[in-house]
Amino acid sequence: MKKIACIGDKESVLCFMAIGCSVFVVESAEEAAKILRKLASDQSFPIIFLTENFYNAMPGVLDDYSESPLPAIISIPAASGSQGTGMANIKALVEKAIGADITLNN
Amino acid sequence: MAQIIKVNPTRMELSKLKKRLKTAQRGHKLLKDKRDELVKQFLELVHKTRDLRAEVEGKLKLSHEAFAGVSAVMSPQSLEEALIFPKQSVELSPSSKNIMSVDVPVFDYKMNGNSSDIFSYGFAFTSAELDGAIQGLSDILPQLVELAEKEKSVMLLASEIEKTRRRVNALEHVLIPNLQVTIKSIVMKLDENERGNTTRLMKVKDMVLKQKDRY
Repeated sequence: MKKIACIGDKESVLCFMAIGCSVFVVESAEEAAKILRKLASDQSFPIIFLTENFYNAMPGVLDDYSESPLPAIISIPAASGSQGTGMANIKALVEKAIGADITLNN
Repeated sequence: MAQIIKVNPTRMELSKLKKRLKTAQRGHKLLKDKRDELVKQFLELVHKTRDLRAEVEGKLKLSHEAFAGVSAVMSPQSLEEALIFPKQSVELSPSSKNIMSVDVPVFDYKMNGNSSDIFSYGFAFTSAELDGAIQGLSDILPQLVELAEKEKSVMLLASEIEKTRRRVNALEHVLIPNLQVTIKSIVMKLDENERGNTTRLMKVKDMVLKQKDRY
């Protein structure tokens, strides 16, 4: 059975437990990276939500999975508030593909 | 600057190179079309993803705030206790969709459990805010799944566009000009040989005629 995984600090991800996601509470970026690798190789979690603070801390690990269709590793804002990582990511992808961010912020 | 490819200036090589040039030009046109279509699809998807992310982040913020409120009135232990055995579970069945020969994931999900009763705890020992917070989070789950699908697709499309763009540029600025100058130089060399041959023949004819006159 394929499920949704959530990795992050306790305050941010505890609530996801209630709606049926598999929650992994981590304290440090190293721990998060370790769990992320484990989950990604496990294949039973097609979607992995990762809180922004950890998402930003491990670009190298994320690059390994950016070319394969699964798993989708997606950043979510932590309980402490959004840092705008998700939007910055989309912007970076547009720049990578087209050379300049031509999607106007409307 | 285009470079001449090192080959023997023969008719055989010339016809080979002409064939290669034709293939390269055709490939270039096809890849260019592919790139344009990819960019079109990509931008559409990016716009949708942006809007969706803004919406989801807004809603998540609200639900995080609600949870912060809950954890202020409940002890961490009892909060954890209330949440640890969820009543509903989400089952994902990933499949894939083909956008311009890029495989992007599609997530179908199924909620197991009674949607009207998602609370995994008795109401006696938990605060009422918790109910609202969980209900709110449960409501944005479909959007979260959609966001995951879209963002991953954007990621995959972006790298495919980059690859295609490189190929188009390599063909346009390296291979095709190189082939063209090589073909030109071979044609010139062959023509030069031809002219050399003609003058030699004329010269020989003259000599033969002169010898004939003498007898």
